[in-house]
Amino acid sequence: MKKEVFARILIVLFIGMVILIFVLGWQKNRNQQTNTIQIHARMPENGGWSITSIAAETNQPINLRLTSDDVVHGFAVGKSDQPTVELIPGEFVETTLLFDEPGTYTYYCTRWCGPNHWRMRGTIEVQGEMAAATNPPPLYLQLGIDIDAPHEAKVTPREPVSPQKGASFAEDLPAYVFEQETYLANSPASVWSRLRAEPDLSALNDGDIWNVVGWIWRENTSPTAIKSGESLYAENCAACHGETGEGDGVMVRDLPIPEAEAHDMYDSHSESSTAGLTRPHDLTDPDHLLGASPALLAGKIIRGGMGTGMPYWGPIFTSQQIDALVSYLHTFVW
Amino acid sequence: MNRIDLTRFPTINLLLRSRWPQFLIRAITLAGFVFTILAGLFGPVVGSHNFAIIFVWIAWWSALKLFFIPFGGRSWCSICPIPMPGEWMQQRGVFSPTGKGFGLGKRWPKKLRGNWLQAGGFLLIGLFGAVTLTSAKVTAIILFSIIALAFILSLIFERRSFCNYLCPIGGFTGLYAQASPVEVRVKEKQICAEHSEKTCYTACPWGQYPLALKSSADCGLCMECLRVCPSDNIMVNLRPWGSDLGQKAKHNLGDVFLGLVMLASVLVDSAVFLGTWGQLKSAAYEVGSLPWLIFAGVFLIISLGVLPGLYSAAIWGAVRVGSAKTTFRKTLSKYGQVLVPLGLMSWIAFTVSFAFVKFSYVLPVISDPFGWGWNLIGMSGTASIGQSTSWSGWIQILLLVIGLFWSSKVTQQISESKKQALPIVAFSGLFTVSMLWLLIG
Repeated sequence: MKKEVFARILIVLFIGMVILIFVLGWQKNRNQQTNTIQIHARMPENGGWSITSIAAETNQPINLRLTSDDVVHGFAVGKSDQPTVELIPGEFVETTLLFDEPGTYTYYCTRWCGPNHWRMRGTIEVQGEMAAATNPPPLYLQLGIDIDAPHEAKVTPREPVSPQKGASFAEDLPAYVFEQETYLANSPASVWSRLRAEPDLSALNDGDIWNVVGWIWRENTSPTAIKSGESLYAENCAACHGETGEGDGVMVRDLPIPEAEAHDMYDSHSESSTAGLTRPHDLTDPDHLLGASPALLAGKIIRGGMGTGMPYWGPIFTSQQIDALVSYLHTFVW
Repeated sequence: MNRIDLTRFPTINLLLRSRWPQFLIRAITLAGFVFTILAGLFGPVVGSHNFAIIFVWIAWWSALKLFFIPFGGRSWCSICPIPMPGEWMQQRGVFSPTGKGFGLGKRWPKKLRGNWLQAGGFLLIGLFGAVTLTSAKVTAIILFSIIALAFILSLIFERRSFCNYLCPIGGFTGLYAQASPVEVRVKEKQICAEHSEKTCYTACPWGQYPLALKSSADCGLCMECLRVCPSDNIMVNLRPWGSDLGQKAKHNLGDVFLGLVMLASVLVDSAVFLGTWGQLKSAAYEVGSLPWLIFAGVFLIISLGVLPGLYSAAIWGAVRVGSAKTTFRKTLSKYGQVLVPLGLMSWIAFTVSFAFVKFSYVLPVISDPFGWGWNLIGMSGTASIGQSTSWSGWIQILLLVIGLFWSSKVTQQISESKKQALPIVAFSGLFTVSMLWLLIG
């Protein structure tokens, strides 16, 4: 009988120990988290970020404890230099955010976790004594460009464009060519038409005028900007637009190819069920790209939409990053 | 008879005879069971980081097939915690019986005897396997339901009715224990015949009478008979592998069905978990959806139609060739033992293909069982998928070939002629080739 009592005590003890470990651990775990916001990342189909809005104050650290419940995600805050945090399924990673300027910041997933990856976004509302900085509206709004309208290039080069050759005509060019505004607000095709109409340049053949346009585009960017645009494109755009810009990225391969210049507002709206269900346009197609001004391309990146599945990048990229992207896009056709 | 009686060694005898070592291990496995349920319910939702998933489906499930069964037959049953709470009630003692316990002590209904329900349970595991194996919560709920069911049944029925007739793992282990190198037998039959009290039968939680034991399938190696025998007439033998198989083996249709279900399960599991067919994986996972219904239908057709059909065709061939007067039904049962080595080696090969690759997940989940960022043994966050080495493939081929060779040998032993054995060997060969294709590609 003594053995039986001892045996029962052992059973109760063992199970009690297991439950105790669990309960104490549970409490300790909870206490640790009072100053920490725990966010679970899930594919948008499974619920997205478990928390999608965070209230904070300037210069007050935000402690985050992040994990993924399904696949690898990434956590990054748009328009900030917080490094991207990789979220491995089942593993916790801690990070601290600090904002010195008030405003609304967007955090987003940086990994192509699924077809709705880009919907994984949340906002951090940072309050502070300073007034939130007001940025001027983007150029496409100032200029009143309709980014949903078709923008077919009326002319395209017949031969490869050489900015190098274009540089030799720099002295003969009219003054407006050197204004940044000209570059930003006009498409390569319209700059070409304008230069073609210049009587001073009548001696130049069509190809040379294109070389001049290429040179203008090159002058308005820098190798570092193109390099930065290239890596931004690879990280954020290539999954849909394709690595070479042909609109055949892995995320859209099952979608139909869009009809030529189907950016028709009315069309895409009347058939809203097909909105977002075509591949993006071929960015290597000169007809398409040479008809777009940098301001127009920037607008498309900022606002997204256009009746396709294009996400809006305005809250995520800084204006420098968008400029870099736009200048990189033009390298697809030069 | 080339047996080694382990009870002749004083230390082993002491370890087997004393209730303490077994009790302590079972007390620990019971606590581990509770812990696994808690971890499954409250731990991380990511399978590779959840103690319940990794411990049950990687560590335990692999150990069962690579270690417990091939080297100890039903040795897992001897330390399984599941019948413990029920037996505590039945015997009024968790350590040893202390008098009349609770429970109605009814006999298990005759119609429900045999391996049929166990085989059905195993089919259910297969149908819902993709979810069970990946969802920690489902795993925890199943574990809890099993122990609750075992407890309730032991209050209604006598002895280990749950283990004997329902537990799918009991069916699995029992089937392949026939090939294992361990057995409990009586030393002198005469002594038993003269002993009128049958203390061993009364004490046996499995309802077995050691004198009548011909196969290790139904003996749970609990050692109770060894402990209560007044004449010290029980031995625990090490024996050659596959000793229960052969001319003398008793078999029934339930065994054949169980054996075929196990073959179908290892085929389907290999296709779902090791195959490269993404659609099959998602179909198996989306329980209730149309693709899942198709998957379930195909699974059931393979296990209840195709495999039994092929097996029956082989038996039909064997009956036609044979000279002795025998019925188709009897032959069907007789050749059931061929499925034992064939299935066992296939399950081991299947396990080898993932156990070493996935083993690296085990230590990290011990280190952080609830996913709260603990680091108990300094191994958290070290999980990485191991590399499938080339020798793993060779081992799998070797295991499958051994399985084919072994089952062919058994076939020949119980056949009248080589000609009669041929259709059955062809069936085994076809199955082995299918496994080779699924595992090695």
